[in-house]
Amino acid sequence: MTTEAIHDSHEHDHHDHKMTGIKRWLFTTNHKDIGTLYLWFAFIMLLFGGALAMLIRAELFQPGLQFVEPDFFNQLTTVHGLIMVFGAIMPAFTGFANWMIPMMIGAPDMALPRMNNWSFWILPFAFAILISSFFMDSGAPNFGWTFYAPLSTTYSNGSTAFFVFAVHIMGISSIMGAINVIVTIMNMRAPGMTYMKMPLFVWTFFITAYLLIAVMPVLAGVVTMVLTDTYFGTSFFDAAGGGDPVMFQHIFWFFGHPEVYIMILPAFGIVSTIIPTFARKKLFGYSSMVYATASIAFLSFIVWAHHMFTTGMPLAGELFFMYCTMLIAVPTGVKVFNWVATMWRGAMTFELPMLFSIAFVILFTIGGFSGLMLALTPVDFQYHDTYFVVAHFHYVLVTGSLFSIYAGAYYWLPKWTGHMFSERLGKAHFWCSLISVNILFFPMHFLGLAGMPRRIPDYALQFADFNKWVSIGGFAFGLSQLIFLAVVIQCIRGGKKAEANPWEAEEGLEWSVPSPAPYHTFETPPKID
Amino acid sequence: MTEQHQQNINKSVKKLTLIVCAMFGFGFALVPLYDVFCDITGLNGKTSNQAASVNENGVDESRLITVQFISHLSKGIPWQFEPMVKEIKVHPGETKLVKFYAKNDAARDIVGQAVPSVSPGQAAVYFQKIECFCFNQQPLKASEDVEMALQFYVDTELPEEVNTITLSYTLYDITGKVES
Repeated sequence: MTTEAIHDSHEHDHHDHKMTGIKRWLFTTNHKDIGTLYLWFAFIMLLFGGALAMLIRAELFQPGLQFVEPDFFNQLTTVHGLIMVFGAIMPAFTGFANWMIPMMIGAPDMALPRMNNWSFWILPFAFAILISSFFMDSGAPNFGWTFYAPLSTTYSNGSTAFFVFAVHIMGISSIMGAINVIVTIMNMRAPGMTYMKMPLFVWTFFITAYLLIAVMPVLAGVVTMVLTDTYFGTSFFDAAGGGDPVMFQHIFWFFGHPEVYIMILPAFGIVSTIIPTFARKKLFGYSSMVYATASIAFLSFIVWAHHMFTTGMPLAGELFFMYCTMLIAVPTGVKVFNWVATMWRGAMTFELPMLFSIAFVILFTIGGFSGLMLALTPVDFQYHDTYFVVAHFHYVLVTGSLFSIYAGAYYWLPKWTGHMFSERLGKAHFWCSLISVNILFFPMHFLGLAGMPRRIPDYALQFADFNKWVSIGGFAFGLSQLIFLAVVIQCIRGGKKAEANPWEAEEGLEWSVPSPAPYHTFETPPKID
Repeated sequence: MTEQHQQNINKSVKKLTLIVCAMFGFGFALVPLYDVFCDITGLNGKTSNQAASVNENGVDESRLITVQFISHLSKGIPWQFEPMVKEIKVHPGETKLVKFYAKNDAARDIVGQAVPSVSPGQAAVYFQKIECFCFNQQPLKASEDVEMALQFYVDTELPEEVNTITLSYTLYDITGKVES
């Protein structure tokens, strides 16, 4: 290591030479470049998935059919879900992991840089396959993002093969990304960076990566079964050949429930990093945060059937899954109380990352509470497949995951670009998003409780008023995200020069390097006390 | 990066790849596991594919169970398929014979397969079929019709809280599968 340190000063300039133009991005093995690619890709997918949601909300603005046919409506909801889950939220977190994890643990790069390049560059192809099916005779997948058999097998419109191969590629990408993160964290930490000294974002993504390698292969397996059932005459989910369609739901949700924690654990990490900085206090209960994350990850494997209470489970099964699900509220509650305790009597300031983080804590908790309501078997029979469910998972995924992504983006933008962003424009983004997102999703609770089913292009007249509000909120929220685009572009092109540690953060190796972060950081490992 | 370091990385990659492969296999292993689990517990309402032996536990005259029969046609099979009685009352242990009517309305020969399902699912293991058309395939020539027999009894061990059992048959066209 010492010889490397000597060479380093001579070679540093040489290292900074990177390929130019498109080749730099196509062939890059640099974790920062790949992180940037992931983040841009996720944002483009967010806008595309959002555009689909705008179409959905336009159709639902009034009762009756106005703009789209019911079958196309189903394609919209399906592809919207797939794009947002696999194209926006997951790649955005992987982008954060790529950018920040090596810098947070004092490593020069990810452990497997070439695989890193692959895991990003196969993603655009996966989504090209999925989206191209819109332009085919059969149309895009129309069976819901959960692709329940027999909707995706016997009754599929012929797009199943495209869907399956797209999901295969997304899965391979996620698995490669997850392996890379785990190997990096296990082997590349700077000397002295013990596991219990790692920043919480590193911890949460470490655990997320384990969830990914445990359940993405199961997803690959279940889509393969759907593929062979549809085209090769197997009968995994076909009762005529001895299969069982309910088994599809068991295997799918065995993947599906850990998947929802894959989309929220990194958010916990980001928020746990930001709140201490702006409360100017150490994070309350660091180790309890780590253990809570690990318990949530473990519990996620034994609660899957709470998505299936109405499939006709025996009482014992319903009780088991109900109690296990409610148990998850305990570690999650630990986290929420820790965040609040961190803010308690802190010298708080309300810069944008903090605003988004506080909004996250409050609104994610609302989503958590409605989740708790859904966990209760007897009432779930009423809520199942209604807009209450839609409200619940949009609160945890939009005001939860997406808000944490915005919080993280604003927090690290100065480090990425070397410029401070426009606080005024950013605040406009925050307040417009905060107000519109609640107009968008809060009335959905009432719609669901009143019995409006999800995934329908038309509805009974009594739901008309709330739906109008929801649609208005939807358009406003969609447009508000363009402000974010403006903030980011402005911040890349110029602005006030950012210092190395613009937020005066107490912790985090990333703040010890200049802003913008040099192309190569920590080629000699930093000293950790 | 030292050689030792590189070796550690390779080792971790191998281990993680192994986990990925194992989990892919586990996804498929869930299929037989699910079947075994359901066989033992009868949770998904699947009744046994084997003929049961005659009841030897006597008849429980104190209880009267309503057994309902319903039938469904799967997509695209041009048959008529209906239970000839919709509902009967039986004492647990009492053997009954009911008939189902099936007619092939198509101008071609079709092989049908009826798949049973019992609701509530917990009653499935107590619904004993001595003889059932669902044990066999049903080949019907064009326009042919048939009356198919089901002989059954309800086990005397049937849980207290179950008073009504619904037996549902779904008829599938398996002509293509039989030929291949």
